[in-house]
Amino acid sequence: MRYAMAVDTQKCVGCNDCVVACQTENDVPIGHCRDWIVEVTTGTYPDLGLEIRSERCNHCANAPCVRTCPTEASHYAAGGIVLVEEDECIGCKACITSCPYDARFIHPEGYVDKCTFCIHRVEKGQNPACVSVCPTHAMIFGNLDDPNSDISKAMATRKWKSLIPEAGTEPKVFYLL
Amino acid sequence: MNRREFIKIAGVGAGSLAFATPLFDFSKEEILAPDAHPGMYSKRTPTYCEICFWKCAGWVHTNDKGQIWKITGNNDDPHSNGRLCPRGTGGVGMYTDEDRLKTPLIRTGERGKQVFREATWDEAFTYIADGLKKIAEEHGPECVALFTHGSGGKYFGDLIKAYGSKNIAAPSYAQCRGPREVGFIATYGEGVQSPERVDIRDTRCLVLIGSHFGENMHNGPVQEIAQATGKGATIITVDPRFSTVASKSKFWLPIKPATDMALLLAWMHVIINEDLYDKEYIEKYAYGFEDLKAHVAQMTPEWAYGITTIKPEVIRETAREMANASPRVIVHPGRHVTWYGDDTQRLRAVAMLNALLGSWGRRGGYYYPAKVSFKSFPHPAFPKPARSWKDAFPGKYKLAGLALASGICDATVPSSERDCSFKGWIVNGTNLIHTLPNQENTLKAIDALDLMVVIDTMPMEITGYADVILPECTYLERYDNIRVGPHREPTIALRMPAAKPKYNTKPAWWMAKGIAEKMGLGHYFAWKDIEEKLEWELKQVGSSLEEMKRLGVKKFQRDDDDPLYPMEDLDDFEFYTNTGKIELYSTAMEDEGYDPLPKYTAHEEPPYGYYRLIYGRAPMHTFSRTANNPNLTDLMDENSVWVNPKVAQEWDLKNGQYLWLENQDGVVSKTPIKVRITERIRFDSVYMVHGFGHTNNKLTRAYGRGASDADLITKVHIDPVMGGTGMRGNFVTFRFEAGKELSS
Repeated sequence: MRYAMAVDTQKCVGCNDCVVACQTENDVPIGHCRDWIVEVTTGTYPDLGLEIRSERCNHCANAPCVRTCPTEASHYAAGGIVLVEEDECIGCKACITSCPYDARFIHPEGYVDKCTFCIHRVEKGQNPACVSVCPTHAMIFGNLDDPNSDISKAMATRKWKSLIPEAGTEPKVFYLL
Repeated sequence: MNRREFIKIAGVGAGSLAFATPLFDFSKEEILAPDAHPGMYSKRTPTYCEICFWKCAGWVHTNDKGQIWKITGNNDDPHSNGRLCPRGTGGVGMYTDEDRLKTPLIRTGERGKQVFREATWDEAFTYIADGLKKIAEEHGPECVALFTHGSGGKYFGDLIKAYGSKNIAAPSYAQCRGPREVGFIATYGEGVQSPERVDIRDTRCLVLIGSHFGENMHNGPVQEIAQATGKGATIITVDPRFSTVASKSKFWLPIKPATDMALLLAWMHVIINEDLYDKEYIEKYAYGFEDLKAHVAQMTPEWAYGITTIKPEVIRETAREMANASPRVIVHPGRHVTWYGDDTQRLRAVAMLNALLGSWGRRGGYYYPAKVSFKSFPHPAFPKPARSWKDAFPGKYKLAGLALASGICDATVPSSERDCSFKGWIVNGTNLIHTLPNQENTLKAIDALDLMVVIDTMPMEITGYADVILPECTYLERYDNIRVGPHREPTIALRMPAAKPKYNTKPAWWMAKGIAEKMGLGHYFAWKDIEEKLEWELKQVGSSLEEMKRLGVKKFQRDDDDPLYPMEDLDDFEFYTNTGKIELYSTAMEDEGYDPLPKYTAHEEPPYGYYRLIYGRAPMHTFSRTANNPNLTDLMDENSVWVNPKVAQEWDLKNGQYLWLENQDGVVSKTPIKVRITERIRFDSVYMVHGFGHTNNKLTRAYGRGASDADLITKVHIDPVMGGTGMRGNFVTFRFEAGKELSS
């Protein structure tokens, strides 16, 4: 089982619903977020392009945060989901420094926090909160090892990219183009 | 146990709980089910959202301590399809906001100075009842008006109708969608309504003129646009700004602002002259085609190019794109359409273009909505008022179908030309200082009032001017009327309290009934409490409060003789117009002395060094209503002014610098605004999101953040047909200090 997410940049309108849904679902303190929106404008008026992406922890298969964590608080859980065991976390920020995606932050209670792919929902067969609320159905979550999963089908039929592939982290959040 | 600990435990047990028991037991009224950990329960209560007018139905989830945890969409709701927008998801912030109005307040200082004393509900009601009685005795009850936005308005509306006035105005008419309703009624005999009757889901081509779906998060249409484009529909967006939806469009027409009418006329010219219109449909249903053909004969794409800056071949190509999709094409009427003062005529042109394409009453075009026939709890007949707001405007705005908020405001400013000016305002849930253009005029009107009552959940600019402030509890803490909205399928939706009202706040129904009782008008509110009223009303449609608490949304069947697309197969149909036809040539407009066919009028252009002020929406905010919401301000806590890089270079502006905006009348924004240099805006315009620049320091998160476009809208172009306030004819320049003249 390899959990992954695909964000359809053709559908994403950058409304931030994923951000606020994550905050309420996971009780993320105001002022912090586990997912966020990036908008990239290209070209000169009136020949313009705009890419909008909902970004979060990439749950990398070769995660630098897991490698650098001195206490093994950052670890791989079921389906390759990268989690932080907060009681083991000493707040040294090695993982924050090593993450090329800037996906982690220090929770006001002192440990490192980030996206969990809503593992508590996934275990019940539900989508992560961000996926479940997205008004334009721009996000697909599923198992890459299952060729019949929606995400596998989307990846097989659409052009896609991942972020900073040259970092060799093997990210598992993909952007459909 | 808090939520975070719970996640951790769930994480440790990874895999073992997969596909456990369903989260909710749908057979029970109070839906309780064990979550992943024993003792962790969640309960859900139905609601419909109050953060915007879309009123999406959803569920409020509370944890085992009875605290509101999150809000999600109701899968049976056609407004939300189970998915709320960011504002609906973040609606919980409206409840938790610690700056909320907490208890009734009575003004003790000068209007606008925000000096109040706390009062009991009884004191507040007595003050209001005495004030209303005095106005009725001295001037007549018709001199009281209600301004309203939102659910509570129904109860205060009944209150002032019982009192003897029918002056009930929503700024959503004359400051927003009014011209569209009038333009479409003049053409089809029916308006577009809300939610808009557009069949985006099944369209093949969607044309948006200034509509910025995605940034404007009208939930249903945004969802349907994604659905339609996923099935191959194309979008044509006309906007001087490269909006989010422009970036998703096959064609983006970066039009010179204020010239849309020329484009619409040229499109009609191409569609008629290239024989692209739906001939059978026009022959069967339309009146005045030959007049229209002659009218647009000279309005070629080459003519329009000189006005709009859109190349002739692009005008032709986009007209053909629409015609290829016909009849499954929607030239969208937009919603906030009070732009230049000839807005009813522009929306007439939109309506006519749709008719040429045969899209009205057709799949993928405009559908015929259905609504549950819903009876309100019986009350005695309301007294017949002797006067209405219209008497203040003899011979003007003859096609205005609803009261004009701006008109009532104008008719409050004392004038020797009128026998009676308005003396009392009840303002429910609308921050008129930011809603109405021309603040100076609004303040003059307020100054002339004998009584002003404001009902809101939050302190706003308008609350500062009130004599009495009544603190309403949020939509998460109250019942309201059943939502009975028109849609493809008729539905009803329930809102009920998910938590007890915080502080000393109360629902609108309780306030209106209390004031009515104080005034001896209690018999108009003959129910014991809201539950009794709702129970009676639901019984009439074969439901009950118990059922609605369980379902949240109840679906009804459409009548068989009420087709969704009555023109699909060219069946006979009589339109509610003078001719019984779709009026390309409007006899109603002609009868009232307005142009029966829309004409292009050149609008004023920005003077040298000034830029047209364009304003719009951000997906995570609804006007003032969300300005201080902790969850939503966390996503966006100030607006910025979008400036084209060429303009920025001329003025030596830097990204992120703060400056003030000054308009053509020398009015300067009250607060500074951050510069955003972006290619996404035309060189002759600037853009900002509406709803920021709050000056009430009781809004701790919103105070002084960003600037208000409303401050700068001092020039208003009134629509002669229906009194809409055109607000896009204001021009701004940059200034680098507050309150001083520019040196260069």
